[in-house]
Amino acid sequence: MSEGAKPETIILLVEDNAGDVDLVLEAVEHFETPHKLHIASDGSQALEYLAACLDGEKDRLPDLVLLDLNVPKTDGREVLAAIKNDDRMKHVPVIVLTSSAAERELLQVYRLHANCFITKPTDIDTFFAMFQSLERFWLRFARLPPPCGGHAHHAEHRPPRPGVGQRDIEGGIQV
Amino acid sequence: MSAPFRILIVEDNQADADLVREALIDAHVTCAITTVSDGAQALEYLRKDSTHAGTDRPDIVLLDINLPRVDGFEVLREMKADPRLKCIPVLILSSSTAGADVRRGYELHANSYIAKHADVNEFFASIHRLERFWLGTAVLPCQTTEGAGAA
Repeated sequence: MSEGAKPETIILLVEDNAGDVDLVLEAVEHFETPHKLHIASDGSQALEYLAACLDGEKDRLPDLVLLDLNVPKTDGREVLAAIKNDDRMKHVPVIVLTSSAAERELLQVYRLHANCFITKPTDIDTFFAMFQSLERFWLRFARLPPPCGGHAHHAEHRPPRPGVGQRDIEGGIQV
Repeated sequence: MSAPFRILIVEDNQADADLVREALIDAHVTCAITTVSDGAQALEYLRKDSTHAGTDRPDIVLLDINLPRVDGFEVLREMKADPRLKCIPVLILSSSTAGADVRRGYELHANSYIAKHADVNEFFASIHRLERFWLGTAVLPCQTTEGAGAA
């Protein structure tokens, strides 16, 4: 992928807590990387979205998934296992975000091939600093798999304003 | 965490291995660094085979792809298929930026993929960025009593 033609980074956020969604929305406003954020408010919506990407009914697959473990309908661990056991999307990096780092949970998600595990800070400033660190590493420094899977529909997207991402609320969360 | 992070560098280029080590020390990371120079040695070290029987497993692995004897992808494949080793985060550190290599690394469950910079200052800076995220922001399996024992 040439640097000049780098497409916006598509991020899928799987999060049921409206307060946390608000915080993430505010945090990603400060991202320097052009991005598009999809929000799924439960695990089933996340899997439906990913299936639609694979079928070409949505965007290409996300470049990064931010996954809360404790989401309704389909648990975050099941979503993680579904992604990492599917040859069509196992390459998609999944960052697990959770409010508690219970030991067994931490080991379990690494064994399920989560790419990394982050605990959500309760302090707002620390929360924003954590997202800044996440962006600096994953969106500006690490190499992500080249976009593929599903169909790209870049031409249909409005280009993001500089420094501002697009929002696409998949779930019932109103922001 | 008071115990130092144990970092395994799998790198056949001695100059690159030295740079990683210097950058980690420069970042004031409290860590115990072990370097091995090919994929077979890496697997022996991780499995505590032969001369490595008394060693502790690392908390994180920095893995080059182009290695003698057993290449980095094979090391990664074997690690992620081994119940004793699969939860150890593996960060590929490679001079290859080919999309196929990046994708293959993630498909084999590399935890992340970082491109090596040819420029020494950039290389140094990249190790600092890696350290800030993985040893500062992420929670590693070793940061649990069970993980420290298992890994």
